[in-house]
Amino acid sequence: MTIYNLYIFDKYGTLLYYGEWNRIKQSGITKEEEAKLMYGMLFSIKSFVNKISPNDPKEGFLYYKTNKYALHYYETPSGIKFVINTDTVSTSVKEFLQQYYSKIWVEYVVKNPLWNGTAVTSDLFKQKSDEFIKQSIMF
Amino acid sequence: MARQSSRLESKKVNSELLTLTYGALVSQMLRDFENLEEVNKQLERIGYNMGVRLIEDFLSRTNSGRCLDMRETADKIQQAFKMYLNVQPTISNWAAATDEFSLIFDVNPLTEFVELPADVSNLRYSGILCGCIRGALEMVQLEVQCQFVQDQLKGDASTEIRVKFIRRLQDATPAGVLIITSFVDVHLLISRSVLLCLTLLANTYAAIIAQI
Repeated sequence: MTIYNLYIFDKYGTLLYYGEWNRIKQSGITKEEEAKLMYGMLFSIKSFVNKISPNDPKEGFLYYKTNKYALHYYETPSGIKFVINTDTVSTSVKEFLQQYYSKIWVEYVVKNPLWNGTAVTSDLFKQKSDEFIKQSIMF
Repeated sequence: MARQSSRLESKKVNSELLTLTYGALVSQMLRDFENLEEVNKQLERIGYNMGVRLIEDFLSRTNSGRCLDMRETADKIQQAFKMYLNVQPTISNWAAATDEFSLIFDVNPLTEFVELPADVSNLRYSGILCGCIRGALEMVQLEVQCQFVQDQLKGDASTEIRVKFIRRLQDATPAGVLIITSFVDVHLLISRSVLLCLTLLANTYAAIIAQI
């Protein structure tokens, strides 16, 4: 099983962190452009999914799957968005993203007094994030 | 920093240490600012900045989703006080429209050894708590007004924080992309360049049709 890449957006759609592993083919556009397109797509999928829902959606959009990869989406109530691309057989990715949020994001970014809400540059976070991803059974 | 806090997690911090440190902070601020209003403002600001971060910790620990009404929000605030300060305020005095409620504290750990001198009776000593509530709720798209209406420090029977719902903040729209509400009322997201192309196409079609 494989994890391809990870995007973290804040509630305004700014890319806070990007990491990739085992991503063989690049999209051919700049990272900023790619992040903007990604956020735009998620934003419209999310609002469409909520609109079309036959009853009041609790969680809304969770993931989509193609025959090559699956994109999983987890949004905290505070609006931080975690997007991860995995292969199609990975399971319980949502729980994994929740764990990532509480064990990595909150611990090494939110509790870092030097972080001012923009893109994360902390090396400690990068290292811990990388370890956490590589240790997961999905990797 | 982060490593330190995870080491502290299993242990509890002595509440007297917190009370005394907070007291030292407030009295130092009184000396530095020499202006009660400014101190009140700064305490609220400190609380706000704490709340903005504390909410993330709260959400990740409790795994809670979005609240659907203010009653649920009030319960979460109560839960958070229990978690972080080990006090359980009572929720009461709901307004008829359920948009306003009070948190009533029997004990306030911040004011345990505190006596307010007469010349600073306008000081909102625990103003940090209000700021904290406001900051935390703002991060989950709730704008509230939060203030002390009763305070044991000022001789009232109990300590009461009033929380008033102002409005739901809208989900932020992404920058650099344009959102259009089309006639089927589905939000479409089209980048500026695509939009330009569409306009051009539409104009060309209009021109062709005009010729026919």
